[in-house]
Amino acid sequence: MRTPLGQVRGLGAAGSGTDHFWLQRLTAVSNLVLSTVFVGVLVSLAGDSHASVVATLSNPIVAILMLLFVISVVVHMRIGMQVIIEDYVHAELPKLLLLMGNTFFAIVVGLSAVFALLKISFGV
Amino acid sequence: MASSNAGSSRPLSPHLQIYRPMLSMMMSIVHRITGAALYVGSLLLVIWLVAAASGPSAFETAQSIYGSILGQLVLFGYTWALIHHALGGVRHLIWDTGRGFDHQSRERLIKGGLIGSIALTVLIWVVVYATHGATG
Repeated sequence: MRTPLGQVRGLGAAGSGTDHFWLQRLTAVSNLVLSTVFVGVLVSLAGDSHASVVATLSNPIVAILMLLFVISVVVHMRIGMQVIIEDYVHAELPKLLLLMGNTFFAIVVGLSAVFALLKISFGV
Repeated sequence: MASSNAGSSRPLSPHLQIYRPMLSMMMSIVHRITGAALYVGSLLLVIWLVAAASGPSAFETAQSIYGSILGQLVLFGYTWALIHHALGGVRHLIWDTGRGFDHQSRERLIKGGLIGSIALTVLIWVVVYATHGATG
């Protein structure tokens, strides 16, 4: 038995509570750490040969950190773009299509980067 | 802007054009713009990684595009967007704790973010060119 008030308390206007807010902060913190690593890796690899880049990216520690970076960034950018769409697009159908496109884009970017990193690690 | 079906004569709440532009407001807008730019720019990383995973010849093509003058300019802008958005994120995380809202702290965080983002971006690219030469 839940009262009507009990069912909505803490969920806010969006009906999903603070999960979205919290996930954006959580991934913001992980992005700070992981993008520092990412910039460091790219600075050390800038302009290097294919063999050298593959050798560095297939190092397990580097590969794991890069995979974490990609996942953290993709989650963060998907919900970030969702907020932008919800702020500016009010007509129902365009909004739904853009929100779908946003999720598809994030999944394509995330999966492509993860696949490439794993292929580099396991042998080109 | 609002495609409201509730009649156009109803008053709207004040929006951006009502307020005098201030640095904190510009930084907030730029935070969103850099976020959107990084979203599109994530394709740069994906293309680079997929090229590396495809083999040496695809990778050389990607490297030559990224190493061109236009490519370097885009990557420089991408670096600045990343750093600016990251520092803006730190500012928001500090504000999330309820700290830093007085005038002096606010101005310090805002100016620190702007100057810091430019300084760090230049520093990163100085290191890139110093250690790898002009080919980037």
